[in-house]
Amino acid sequence: MRRLAILALLAWAGLSHPALAPASAVGLPSEMLRDPAQEERARSIGRELRCLVCQNQSIEDSEADLARDLRRIVRERIAAGESDRAVLDYVHDRYGDFVLLRPPFSLATALLWGMPVLALGGGGLALLLLRRRQGARPEPAPLTPEERARLAALEDDPAR
Amino acid sequence: MPMTSRRMLMLAPLGLAVAGGAGFYAMLRGMGTGSYDPRGVPSVLVGRAPPPFVLPPVEAAGLPGFAAAELGGLPAPMLVNFWASWCVPCIIEHPQLMRLAREGVAVWGVNYKDKPQDAAQFLTRHGNPFQRLGADRPGRVAIDWGVYGVPETYLLDRKGIVRWRWPGPVTPEVLEQDIRPLLRRHA
Repeated sequence: MRRLAILALLAWAGLSHPALAPASAVGLPSEMLRDPAQEERARSIGRELRCLVCQNQSIEDSEADLARDLRRIVRERIAAGESDRAVLDYVHDRYGDFVLLRPPFSLATALLWGMPVLALGGGGLALLLLRRRQGARPEPAPLTPEERARLAALEDDPAR
Repeated sequence: MPMTSRRMLMLAPLGLAVAGGAGFYAMLRGMGTGSYDPRGVPSVLVGRAPPPFVLPPVEAAGLPGFAAAELGGLPAPMLVNFWASWCVPCIIEHPQLMRLAREGVAVWGVNYKDKPQDAAQFLTRHGNPFQRLGADRPGRVAIDWGVYGVPETYLLDRKGIVRWRWPGPVTPEVLEQDIRPLLRRHA
């Protein structure tokens, strides 16, 4: 049950895609990296990480103390020459899937990621069934002997 | 299409709604009893030993600090509690920690982003449940543990493996319903 609930929450969180978040509310010059390219990398990593205090913001957008600490950690590790993947893994190792605004595909998140396919497939199937039902008209019943006799009479004497 | 499967198809949305309703009901009930918290961040540390660290003592508190290597190897399971003097829920949970300490449970504290004199004053005013008290002024050890707010309490078994984590204050209910059974199970 708990897992399902987490999934539901993740699904809800998935709606707020990091790219749609407003421009960084934080970013004091004192906490930025000197190298603009490194700072840009730090920001894009930060936008992937959930602030665990406010939970619907990334650490780049949050004023929370913990978010600031995590921003600092991201920048320290980038300055130390780590790859983006390694920095993300560092935070992921400590806070689990919950900290990632884009959760990885796993058994627990399969339903979350599979939902669009499931919904589309289900809808398509329903449409297909509906069309097949409309397409398959019932076979007309065979003619009764009286009808056949009448038809034969009509064919014999079209003038009548 | 045969009548039976058509009727089943008509019942499918109803079944889906019932299943959804049951799911949401269980979630709400869990939120009521505290067994499910939608804002709760599951701890990745459960089932693992805490990462290495060395915490200096809190000056003026008169208690030794501690390191990761000292966790475990105790005769009974223990608690590690992250707290701060500026944290209001920490005052709420304090009587429960005092009670456990009086009963002989080892409670080790990590003082999170606090001024040493404030921490010492807090313990003088409310009592000291801690056998050891480490100072984490930068808050980095807390991040290594996956702490996302104070208070947070961890239960470690005799081998020093984290068995349980509680974010938020240890209320009397948490003490009776969670901590006591866990202390018995890992005794």
